[in-house]
Amino acid sequence: MSGATLERGIHAFKEAIDAPVASFFSSCVRCGLCAHACLFYTETEDPKYTPIHKLEPLRRVWQHEYTFWGRYAKAFGLSKPVTDEELGEWESLVYDSCTMCGRCSMVCPVGNDIAYMIRRMREGMAASGHAPEGLIGASQRAVTIGSPMGVKLPALQAQIRHLEQDTGLSIPVDVEGAEYMCLLSSMEIMNFPEYIGAIAKIFKQANVTWTISSEAFEATNSGVQIGVSDIAAELVQRVVNAAEKLKVKAVISPECGHAYFAIRWEGPNLIGKPFNFKVLHIMELMDQLREEGRLKTTGKETQRLTYHDPCQITRRGGVVEQPRNLLRMVAENLVEMPEHGTMNWCCGAGGGVSSNERADALRLKVFSRKKAQLDAIQAEGLVTACSNCRIYLEEGLEENNMDIPVTSLTETIAEHLADEGQTGAQ
Amino acid sequence: MTETELLLWVRGPALQVATVIFLVGVAVRLLEILVLGRKVDLAEARGSAVAGGLRTIVMRSFADRATLQRNAFTEVTGWIFHIGFFVTLLFYAPHILMFNSVLGFSWPALPTPVIDATAVVTMIALVVVLIHRVANRVMRFLSRFQDYLVWLLTLLPIVTGYIAFHRVEIAPPPLLIDIHIISVELFLIVFPFTKLMHAFTLFMSRYYNGAIAGYRGVKS
Repeated sequence: MSGATLERGIHAFKEAIDAPVASFFSSCVRCGLCAHACLFYTETEDPKYTPIHKLEPLRRVWQHEYTFWGRYAKAFGLSKPVTDEELGEWESLVYDSCTMCGRCSMVCPVGNDIAYMIRRMREGMAASGHAPEGLIGASQRAVTIGSPMGVKLPALQAQIRHLEQDTGLSIPVDVEGAEYMCLLSSMEIMNFPEYIGAIAKIFKQANVTWTISSEAFEATNSGVQIGVSDIAAELVQRVVNAAEKLKVKAVISPECGHAYFAIRWEGPNLIGKPFNFKVLHIMELMDQLREEGRLKTTGKETQRLTYHDPCQITRRGGVVEQPRNLLRMVAENLVEMPEHGTMNWCCGAGGGVSSNERADALRLKVFSRKKAQLDAIQAEGLVTACSNCRIYLEEGLEENNMDIPVTSLTETIAEHLADEGQTGAQ
Repeated sequence: MTETELLLWVRGPALQVATVIFLVGVAVRLLEILVLGRKVDLAEARGSAVAGGLRTIVMRSFADRATLQRNAFTEVTGWIFHIGFFVTLLFYAPHILMFNSVLGFSWPALPTPVIDATAVVTMIALVVVLIHRVANRVMRFLSRFQDYLVWLLTLLPIVTGYIAFHRVEIAPPPLLIDIHIISVELFLIVFPFTKLMHAFTLFMSRYYNGAIAGYRGVKS
């Protein structure tokens, strides 16, 4: 982020444009349908939030650099080059009003993957010095401290000691040869440590060997969110080194959407080589254990429960049925929101929006979309599998005086685990 | 220039030049995209990129229910003018004769009254589309000069064709056909330089979209 210049930004834009991006820009007919797929537009009705408009500077660079007539238009002064001022203007559109949820990418009739382009555009925004302060801080802490929230190893160790006392279970750290290495988000360590207790219980019942690495426990990747691939790659490499050192067969992504996407789908591409271990989301692993009959639960929740799909896990990540299979084990009355699964509406806080204080008011405003979804089904309980979604869903509900408890899927399963004696009772 | 000279020029050199600009222009535009290439995905696949890409090429023509309800007007007018445009272009008997003379094969035509009605519906739909573009706040905001130019150049061949077919007495019939052909030539010349390219590139963009999603096991 040091030495950011317009020149570096434009260079990064040029690097970001590949055949898919060029085909997307060539195809746009400006029909405006993407606006109606984006909660930042639907909840504000301000056309500047139209997803394809957020990419305008990138589109111009494509036109000037990679199209036959665009090169001439620029040479003859018919089309003006992208300026630093313009990028400054676009900063809030690219970072504050886009969670990279990818709903627009599902709706565009010509097939433009707009979220794919925003992710790539952020590389140029960051390189030109137009990334939000909040995200710059988070990225710097991630590199220097190892956590975007500044959580250090002693803090994790303290939480582990408490949890071991509370649950009577051991929480393994740096165990070589364990099957799974579990990553955690700082949000979980600080706000939802129950998650760590929950996986300890579940893994004990399922007889799974696991470990946390003291060298790479952080799952989230601020480099991906801000759009600095060098930082993103360094954070991925730490996880790879730890997984290889501990010789695990899989790395388990915690309840965090962007963390999953970063390690599962971007990880190998960022470091330039395939992983020699698998990456699974905790829900994928639990569903696998369920299928193998190693996950036994008892009793069911009776209230009207619904599941909020974290965008990066479902729409962008491909984990769609697993949470539903798991929830059906413990919920009698599972009700789906009107648009769910790959068409779910974002909580409004993903893609770095929650690390960016400037976006707070807008984020709370667009929560009205989630509120309408929950009102439509009269939900009495909300389950999700992303601690970032969870904390901001809680905030949005509180702001709207809605009394709906938000719980983690993993914790919900852990609460219903059958005791040794009861195994097989259900 | 006499009427005969005009006729010969319009149906001779002018048509040839327009066709060459269209064909070379489209080829250049497609190559410009393809040469940019795409990095191989090193993440372990969950699904098939190819199957996902092919699926999205087909399925992206149909909006999901909620999107359709939310944007019924845009969706329906869009469908009508696209279908109307292709039906009049491809199933009007004289057009088929023209294609046959170039391609060397033909296909059955639709009855002329059907084409006539389709042309009327298409023209009405295009006018409605323009009103929608101006009235809808998002579309108005996104629209550039090109969007209005392309709209006009899409409408003109249908209007001029309709006038020529009905031999509206504003000019002698051969001249009406000339005007129709000139409007088509303008359409062909502008095509590679504007969003009209989406007629070709949407197959690429839908494929890429579906392939990226399909690789991750998502139906997009």
